Amino acid sequence: MIKVQGLTKRYARTIAVDNISFEVEKGQIVGFLGPNGAGKTTTMRVLTCFLPPTSGTATVAGFDVLENPMEVKKRIGYLPETPPLYPEMEVSEYLTFVGRLKGISTADIDRRVGEVVERCAIGDVRDKLIGKLSKGYRQRVGLAQAIIHNPDVLVLDEPTAGLDPKQIIETRELIKHLAGDHTIILSTHILPEVEHSCQRVVIINKGKLVATDSVENLTNRLRGAEAVALEVASSNGPLDPAAVRQRLEQVSGVSRVLPREARDGRLAFEVESLQGRHIRADLARSVVEAGWNLNELRAVGLSLEDIFLQLTGAESVGQASRPAGGLQAPLSKEGQP
Amino acid sequence: MTNIWIICRKELKSYFASPIAYLVITCFALIWGYVFYMSTAEFVRYGFMAEMQGRSAPMNVNEMVIRPLLQFGATVALFLIPLITMRIFAEEKKTGTIELLLTSPVEDWEIILGKWFGALFLYLCVLAVSALNIALLFAFGKPDWKPILIGYLGLILQGGTLLAIGTFISNLTKNQIVAGVATFFACLLLWLLSWSTAFQATGFAQVIGYLSIVTHFDGFAKGVIDSKDVIFYLSMIFFSLFLTARSMESLRWRA
Repeated sequence: MIKVQGLTKRYARTIAVDNISFEVEKGQIVGFLGPNGAGKTTTMRVLTCFLPPTSGTATVAGFDVLENPMEVKKRIGYLPETPPLYPEMEVSEYLTFVGRLKGISTADIDRRVGEVVERCAIGDVRDKLIGKLSKGYRQRVGLAQAIIHNPDVLVLDEPTAGLDPKQIIETRELIKHLAGDHTIILSTHILPEVEHSCQRVVIINKGKLVATDSVENLTNRLRGAEAVALEVASSNGPLDPAAVRQRLEQVSGVSRVLPREARDGRLAFEVESLQGRHIRADLARSVVEAGWNLNELRAVGLSLEDIFLQLTGAESVGQASRPAGGLQAPLSKEGQP
Repeated sequence: MTNIWIICRKELKSYFASPIAYLVITCFALIWGYVFYMSTAEFVRYGFMAEMQGRSAPMNVNEMVIRPLLQFGATVALFLIPLITMRIFAEEKKTGTIELLLTSPVEDWEIILGKWFGALFLYLCVLAVSALNIALLFAFGKPDWKPILIGYLGLILQGGTLLAIGTFISNLTKNQIVAGVATFFACLLLWLLSWSTAFQATGFAQVIGYLSIVTHFDGFAKGVIDSKDVIFYLSMIFFSLFLTARSMESLRWRA
């Protein structure tokens, strides 16, 4: 559906997008992932024919963005980072305007506006001025605007930025619902978003393509060492943490053992293996042979965030001690919620 | 064609949903009404005086009231038009709605023409207010209507030219105030150029004077359609809108 080859966009002094290539198949939701300033918005602007590429090609549904911009524009719905709304217009009035602009005939326009209003759940603000709407509603009106002409491709630039958690969940649900009929590209710098809504990820950093793959593959491919969460207890009296730790460290293939908080006499550890070693069976045997109870033993997958940081080189995952809560903590280091 | 109409209608809605349209129309109505009253009162007083002195001087409403009024209107337009055009593109660039327009299946020139027609329509509304006053003259006298129509044609052409220049300037910035001030000074300059011939009559001064926007209006005010003036206005409109299109294109490559 979308084919990008060797796309480069150069501004006066900087290269915003540097020779990136990827493809998106029909009906897929693709997450466009990268830190701020990575070139996500620029790529999207090229795809929507807002900016011409410096070199390379981009085609949407077989039409080149430079040679056939009209055909491309007809097939794309675009929600920019700030929804393009006219505050002095009413919601239905605005949607009618955009719909007509996108080529919907007068005969169909009322029906289409009714459909998208229902789909985006903005029925109760239909006759309100856009300027008086809350941020969440504005975002939804923006989304309604993007799908009004039922485009093959939807390009959403940070659709959940600035929303509260409830609105984020609602927007994600909405996007998932849209997935059947549309091919969707959404950009974000929030990782859970990709894990939640997307089938494929395109990771870019500083204008360069870092990785493109399905979410699962990417997680698997980059999981070098195995990490295991382990909980040990004893039926007779408290355990000595140091002794347990020492025993775990002696299991072959273990690279290091990190103690986690202990509760009610149960000791928790996170054990990491050496590259390519499977240690779960040996760990279990070792604990049981020592006469302790094995309460819990589970693999801790590397989260997409770890992979992301690894790929973009923002922080080495192996050296930093990874908190149990995985997803949220390192993000806050980048200043994200 | 439909696209131009869609954009034009949206522009009009924006003008009339915000205070701009009402502000421009009210200000113009006040100033015009005052000057209209002054000139008709002067005309009537002059008429009385002529009658009392017992000489029936030939009095012409068209020449004594309407022509100066139209010329005055052309000058006021210089001040009003920046208010109308300053938001045209600057606002859309600031709020980011330009992205919606430029990613919709519409040609650049359709956007530009739609916006220009929207502004022109508002300007026609302003002129309609002035026509109300002139219509009063028909109730009490018999002015010749043909020169009036020609005068209005001139006002529309001159207004269209200034609106096109304002549209172009608004496309260069995303700051409405910058657009407004720059357009105002451009209008002022085009007006002042007409003075060049007052000081010297060299060929160069005449070329400069020819570029002035108001000298071309004089003919219309007298009730004369000179093809030279019509062509001047139309080519200025075309040239300004063409520059706007170029500027939009360069926006895409630079932005």
